[in-house]
Amino acid sequence: MNPDLLSEKARLAAFSVTLYQQERANSMSTAIMDLPEEEYILPGTRTCAGCGLPIAYRYILKALGPKTIMTHPACCLTILHGIYPKTPVTINAVNNTFASTAASAAGLAAGLKVTGRNDFTVLAMAGDGGTFDMGIQALSGAAERGTDIIYVCYDNEAYMNTGVQRSSATPTGAVTTTTPVIPKEQPKKDFIQIMEAHHLPYLATTCSAYPGDVFNKFLKAREIKGTRFIHLTVPCPPGWGFPTKDTVKLGRLAVETGVVVLYEVENGLFRLTGKSLSIARSGRKRPVEDYLRMQGRFKKMTADQITDFQRQTDDRWEQLMGRGGF
Amino acid sequence: MGQTLILTGNQTAALAARLCRVQVIAAYPITPQSKIPEVLSEYVEKGELAAEFVRVESEHSAMGVCISASLVGARVFTATAANGLAYMHEQLHWAAGARLPIVMPVTNRGLGAPWTILNDMQDSISQRDTGWMQFYCLNNQEIVDQVILAYRVAEQLLVPVMVCFDGFRLSHTMMPVEIPSQEEVDAFLPPYQLPYTISADSPVNINPVVMTDPLPDPDGRLAPSYMGFRRRLQETHESALSCISELGRAFGETFGRSYEDSLYRYRNDDADFLFVTMGSLSSEASDTADLLRDEGIKAGVIGVRVFRPFPDRALAEAVSNARGVAVVEKAISYGYEGALATEMKAALFSHNGSNPTVGNYIVGLGGKDVKPSDLLEAAHETMDNVQKDRMQRHPRWLGSGI
Repeated sequence: MNPDLLSEKARLAAFSVTLYQQERANSMSTAIMDLPEEEYILPGTRTCAGCGLPIAYRYILKALGPKTIMTHPACCLTILHGIYPKTPVTINAVNNTFASTAASAAGLAAGLKVTGRNDFTVLAMAGDGGTFDMGIQALSGAAERGTDIIYVCYDNEAYMNTGVQRSSATPTGAVTTTTPVIPKEQPKKDFIQIMEAHHLPYLATTCSAYPGDVFNKFLKAREIKGTRFIHLTVPCPPGWGFPTKDTVKLGRLAVETGVVVLYEVENGLFRLTGKSLSIARSGRKRPVEDYLRMQGRFKKMTADQITDFQRQTDDRWEQLMGRGGF
Repeated sequence: MGQTLILTGNQTAALAARLCRVQVIAAYPITPQSKIPEVLSEYVEKGELAAEFVRVESEHSAMGVCISASLVGARVFTATAANGLAYMHEQLHWAAGARLPIVMPVTNRGLGAPWTILNDMQDSISQRDTGWMQFYCLNNQEIVDQVILAYRVAEQLLVPVMVCFDGFRLSHTMMPVEIPSQEEVDAFLPPYQLPYTISADSPVNINPVVMTDPLPDPDGRLAPSYMGFRRRLQETHESALSCISELGRAFGETFGRSYEDSLYRYRNDDADFLFVTMGSLSSEASDTADLLRDEGIKAGVIGVRVFRPFPDRALAEAVSNARGVAVVEKAISYGYEGALATEMKAALFSHNGSNPTVGNYIVGLGGKDVKPSDLLEAAHETMDNVQKDRMQRHPRWLGSGI
């Protein structure tokens, strides 16, 4: 049979299954007016101006509520959590060593279970360094064991807390402090696929620029047992090189160009969400150049490299569209 | 009433953990420790121990799990050796800095490269400065006793404890062990009480960034600086010897075997010559002391049971009447000598000014058999140096071959 026909058939089959899911998800989505009023991050955190992290973290905690205990390594989130003896965060938090965020979360889950406090949600959050790179071993281990945690990789695409050094999450063409002359030559590691290969009950991507999408996904994740993995794209003004007022704009452009695709995979079932879903339906995906040219880190990219970036983005988009879900 | 069982060191350690009702176990197998997590897995799967066994993918994660489970109030347990212990290194600092009462048997094994799976003490001695207490076991009886004692001490002082015993020599050797009853252990070791609470109403931020100078909390009270936290850990270690001694005596009152003394002593009262050593080597040294006495040399043995906190005064006093001391150890601080030799000499310098002739003998690395002839050579050479008022320039290696 013609392979194109086959994939078309698969797409149709997936479509019919996801219609129901889509309806259910739509009925679940939360309007901004319906968000809980309770705040778990008090005003005045130490993050950089325009940081994309607290925007998302605020809605994550609104979704998970006060019975949450979170663990994080040394990262931008450590800065947000403040300097002893003060903290702007009003949930229980634990600091851990760089490579052990998922192990720490596993310890919290086990410790709370044996001491009869199953009502706590265990949240692990680490950056791309603490997840794609140094944290991958502990995370893979915890995910394989089905540890009952929500693990969030907030991805700002370089080691931002130590001063913008390249990571395996840094995209091709980006200048960092360790790729200062020759921009990064390798593509971004497809970490989400690595996590999907762990066959998790829930995996999702989201972005700081879409608080409703963030909130809904964490609300859903909270009700699921087992290892839930959420990849959160976090625009970083100093690391990416854009004005602090443009954080949300950059996050939106990342999604509107298809560089970041919003979706979720629930027990193997793939589904586009939010803006990515409407782009898939309308077919109106913006060129990556709109996203790249707003950022100082891509200033050295040649026309050929931008064409390559567009092709890679399109390939990945097509690959995801091939999974249906819209 | 307890019972006497014939057990390997590893079986003893696992049984001790069960008697201590550990609640979270996270361990990664490594020779010669592997039997400990195997036996504990069996206990948990058969329902004989109500614990969560987290079968982690590495030692780094094993300690990561233990740290966080302990932070929320669980009694936790792990065990490791050699490169596994080295792989935990940053986590060891973290556990002690976070003041967590974790107890961890270490089945002492040499470190690569090149590979060895056999016994020496380079692994745990290398972790001397992590802030953990370190207990060393003479035999399998001391393993069960010191694991139980270690939890009591750790939970009172909020400092983690390594219970070290020689890989293979104890871990794989069967010997009779008096196992106390569960009721006796429960009476000695009540459940662990977390000194703070984890609740949604009064959230805590544990182990955040701490600055160089004390900063005020929201109520204006000054909170400790980084150095303040470090000093508190040292002060606790300084008070720990008397605490270990008191609890060691209480252990004796409950179980009939006292650990009031941080030192193992054998025929040392009138000794002209002493072996100073650690772990199971104290037993071989004791047999050798008998041989030396047959030769007319008044020999004895001091075994250091508690290496951190270091029993400096007790050790200095114990060796002060000897004319010659051979410090025989299975580890070396490259570029100088064995750490035990250095520390004993420092204790002598600080405490009583007695100046015995000290020899340092490096033995048994990578499982090399320590023969009575080696120990006799160390003794004869040391006493010869006493006679000739000669100082040893570098530690002597015995049994290293080519």
